[in-house]
Amino acid sequence: MREIKTDEIIKTVSELFQHSCHYLPDDVLNTIKKAHETEESPVAKEVLGKILENADIAGAEQIPLCQDTGLSVVWLELGQEAHIVGGDLNEAVNEGVRQGYDKGYLRKSVVRQPFSARVNTKDNTPADIWTTIVPGDKLKISVLPKGGGAENMSRLTVLAPAQGHQGIIDFVVNRVSESGSNPCPPVTVGVGIGGTTEKTMMLAKKALLRKMGEHNHDPEVAEMEKEILEKVNKLGIGAMGYGGRTTALAVNVETHPCHIASLPVAVNMQCWCNRHEEAII
Amino acid sequence: MAKKITLPLTDEIVKDLKSGDEVLLNGVMYVGRDAAHKKLVASLDKGEKLPLDLKGATIFFMGPSPARPGRPIGSAGPTTSYRMDSYSPRLMAEGLKGMIGKGMRSQAVKDAMKEYKAVYFGAIGGAGALISKSIKKADVLAYDELGAEALRRLEVEDFPATVVNDIYGGDLYEEGKAKYKKD
Repeated sequence: MREIKTDEIIKTVSELFQHSCHYLPDDVLNTIKKAHETEESPVAKEVLGKILENADIAGAEQIPLCQDTGLSVVWLELGQEAHIVGGDLNEAVNEGVRQGYDKGYLRKSVVRQPFSARVNTKDNTPADIWTTIVPGDKLKISVLPKGGGAENMSRLTVLAPAQGHQGIIDFVVNRVSESGSNPCPPVTVGVGIGGTTEKTMMLAKKALLRKMGEHNHDPEVAEMEKEILEKVNKLGIGAMGYGGRTTALAVNVETHPCHIASLPVAVNMQCWCNRHEEAII
Repeated sequence: MAKKITLPLTDEIVKDLKSGDEVLLNGVMYVGRDAAHKKLVASLDKGEKLPLDLKGATIFFMGPSPARPGRPIGSAGPTTSYRMDSYSPRLMAEGLKGMIGKGMRSQAVKDAMKEYKAVYFGAIGGAGALISKSIKKADVLAYDELGAEALRRLEVEDFPATVVNDIYGGDLYEEGKAKYKKD
């Protein structure tokens, strides 16, 4: 059985959050560059140009891309042949968040009691940690610093199965339309379809990690992604909602089997600043 | 071509601002988010003196990341403005003339902007590194216990923003969307 030390997990989580808050993934950056080149609205083009300039400054001067360095969402895929040594796995992840947000001068954006006292925990913990056990002896860690502006636009619905394809399209497009400028467009739209409702929400969020330009392996779902993207980009919202052609950079749909009575659909958006990284230990 | 504006705002300045105008703001502005707004309005309700002079003031809805040593501030982009909607009309009635944020405002806020001759500027959400370069000085003015949500005073040079809502009822979000919408 392969041993994985918690010290290594702490260090990895810390570095992933620090790095992801200062550098956009190349695929995201390139998609924004393409949108900048093709944008017809002069105001939106100017905004996209500044977003690219912002990315240069963030990396060169080590200033976080966005001041909202998010609630720390962490996915762990733990190989069943691996053995964690040196302490509690979840505490190691939280310690990594604590150290990363301190060393990286990242904003601490978590309050302890959600609806009354709202006192800041001052170290950005606790992280949202989602662990699955998988074959193998490695640990894959994926991090998503999730900002509040885009997260607040999330929605879940349970359609009647008869509403089908069209019901899904209408729900997602309407959600992006109603969200307007709030989630910092051009957004990545994560869509979950199926499961029971907590599974649906998770599918939508995890869909945000997908690489730009890639589509769902199911051709029918891939077609739906293209159809929604086209409809969303006809809304006219544009970069920062000032009017333009690019309201979304990508629409990523993930599906899961569901109950005979249900058709749950969830939307989880990420701002243009689609920061996420992963590492394998 | 962006218009250079010197803060604080006056009726003379805001009457020339139209939705869609690009501006570069210079001078002193204040920073507050949900928690600071809640405290400001609570102070007004109790008849207490506020930690800032609202006459002609501009408030930037923002909570910065911590400053690295030698820098005035960390990343400093706008937060979503609708969360301040329930407080903004009250502050406008007391003299507030400028708000900077991102995202749509309520009809009540837009009506108050016309009534009190105040404007709402959009700053680029997420462009916190870029915007921080225009901030030359930052001090916590009050509510230090709120951390990133404290009330701050900033000195800015050529702070980039766009007029979203003007005093005539203009709304860049509606106008821009109408122009680029396809059926």
